[in-house]
Amino acid sequence: MRESITNTTTQAEAAPAAAPAPKPKRPKPKSMIMLGEQTNALFENARLAKERGEKVGWSASIFPQEIAETLGLNILYPENHSAGIAARHQADPFLQECEGSLGYSNDLCAYAKVNLAYASVLNGESEVELPDGGKMVKPDFLLLTNNICNQLTKWYENLARQMNIPIFFIDTCYNPFDYVTETRVRYVRAQIDQLIQDLCAFTGKTWDEERFKEVMKISQRNSYLWERANNLMDHKPAPIGGFELFNYMSAMVCNRGKTSSTAVLEQLNAEIEENIKKGTSTFPVEEQYRISWDGIACWPYLSHNLRTLKKYGINMVASSYGKAWAIEYEDLDGMARAYCFASTNGDNATTMISRRMEALKKFDCEGTIYHVNRSCKVMDCQMMEVQRQLSRQAGVPFTSFDGDQADYRNYSEAQFETRIQGLVEVMQQNKEAKNNG
Amino acid sequence: MYTFGIDIGSTSSKAVILENGQKLAACQVVPLGTGTVGPDQVRDQVLSEAGLKLEDMSYTVATGYGRMNCDGADEQVSELSCHARGIHFLLPQVRTIIDIGGQDAKAIQINERGQLVAFQMNDKCAAGTGRFLDVMAKVLNVGIDQLGPLSLQSKHPVSISNTCTVFAESEVISQLSSNVPMEDIAAGIHNSVAKRVAGMAMRLGRPTTLAMSGGVALNVGVVSAMEREMGCPVQVHPMCQLAGAIGAAVLAWEKLKKEGQF
Repeated sequence: MRESITNTTTQAEAAPAAAPAPKPKRPKPKSMIMLGEQTNALFENARLAKERGEKVGWSASIFPQEIAETLGLNILYPENHSAGIAARHQADPFLQECEGSLGYSNDLCAYAKVNLAYASVLNGESEVELPDGGKMVKPDFLLLTNNICNQLTKWYENLARQMNIPIFFIDTCYNPFDYVTETRVRYVRAQIDQLIQDLCAFTGKTWDEERFKEVMKISQRNSYLWERANNLMDHKPAPIGGFELFNYMSAMVCNRGKTSSTAVLEQLNAEIEENIKKGTSTFPVEEQYRISWDGIACWPYLSHNLRTLKKYGINMVASSYGKAWAIEYEDLDGMARAYCFASTNGDNATTMISRRMEALKKFDCEGTIYHVNRSCKVMDCQMMEVQRQLSRQAGVPFTSFDGDQADYRNYSEAQFETRIQGLVEVMQQNKEAKNNG
Repeated sequence: MYTFGIDIGSTSSKAVILENGQKLAACQVVPLGTGTVGPDQVRDQVLSEAGLKLEDMSYTVATGYGRMNCDGADEQVSELSCHARGIHFLLPQVRTIIDIGGQDAKAIQINERGQLVAFQMNDKCAAGTGRFLDVMAKVLNVGIDQLGPLSLQSKHPVSISNTCTVFAESEVISQLSSNVPMEDIAAGIHNSVAKRVAGMAMRLGRPTTLAMSGGVALNVGVVSAMEREMGCPVQVHPMCQLAGAIGAAVLAWEKLKKEGQF
């Protein structure tokens, strides 16, 4: 044993140790630089379009964006934008404004809270300083689907009323079955046809079937590349740190129908393949445990999550979250079907469990971490049952933690670490038992 | 050979010295937790009780909320594994443990070797934890150790919310101002804790053999309410508060054994 047991927090009077020299930062991979440029272009193009007097829209994250892309419309994504604000620790004044002056409930989704307050500033009704200078320009219309979330409908309704702008809405159906029925496909397809007409009439744009085919092709290529990048995580050790894939989600969420995403994702795939070829990984420590992540990223504490996982050699090699944007289809009927079945929140328990079971096997996961996300009640509703069934079927241990996708107040660092350490202790025992036959 | 286990909680520090992985040479509890002089005091007291020096300790495992700030420890292990091993040491037949600590509550499933199999923990809320009881004892103006015996006299327990400590506190004040007997309020408080923790524990399935560990297990009112909510007897060892520290010392000894140091 070492010489003393000291609770270091009692030693405030001790002379502070010299700060360690900062670790040199790993240069950004080319794909990340390209991604940054793409994100800047998204906001800049929207700003320029607005300056030209063109109509700019805001969209739900799993709306069939190929429609807007075909029409050449500039679209921004509030969910993605709120996640960015939360990840940069800038959400607090927006949360305060939303729950305070605007009078919304604390129980709302924090993406909505941040965005409603941001929109209120753009509308001249609130005075919160915009940390990004207002790059999320004021919308002229809204594109909405409820495949990922039903609260979005009220959130967007409020935005529409506040700014007096129209909503173009596709009501997708919840999937109580393991597949999308043909009647549902027809229901959604009819709405898509109507929406295209209405959107053309509102924006003055013209639908071009050939352009649509081209966009669809690009979108399919991007979905393939995105899925492929995710699937390459099945190598051991995984070629990159799994959290890095979260960074690339904007290429799929905001730019799914663009060739710039093809370039980013081709580069990402090439970088991952290069690591596989060389037997290297960007995961900064030895990969001791491979786990799957269930739920939306805990953006305000992403770095704490990552630091803690890294400390215990845990790489997140599979996630139910990011893959939601790998949407594959070949025509408008296919689009209707695919967008009905895109999100965990729209699927029944059997589908969810079988998808996760497949991932646990494919990526050889030794454990699962569930993010009990205060913002997303639907996701939490099904999570406990998924945990129970999946753990029993797969024999894989799990832990869950309380957090939030954008509200920093719903997380405890100490509690997170205790849960992760407990999970590691179970995974270690399982590993030893396996090694000992 | 001596191993040292220290459990630095949010409200108390516990330490034990284990001889050859079997005999508890000394055990101490100090009612001061992480960030205080508690960890140093408990170390000095337990060494003094055993008549040993720090140099006599072959390996030290720290656990509890303050485990990461315990400089002298050779290793930090979660409270989950330590309570699992500690209760297995004290009550080997037990397979499910409910540990209510100062600021969290855990339900732990273990195997026949005392290893952690699965666990559930409370969400980010003080309701259903030791802190909840501390707050309520203060409102009732009784010592925390009196809360249990007081509640056993209750004939008509009141209903107290278990979703929020602050709301529950105002409910208790309201009951007091309505002249509801103290024992009925105390019983209501214990039922509130038991319902919340039992709800969490049942996610692991109905237990076959259940024990409570941690300081709250010393509260007979909580134990009685927990038996009712869980629908089975709850075993409580007199050293339940030391279970985490005992488990830490056992794990320290197992570590040395695995490394072939004896």
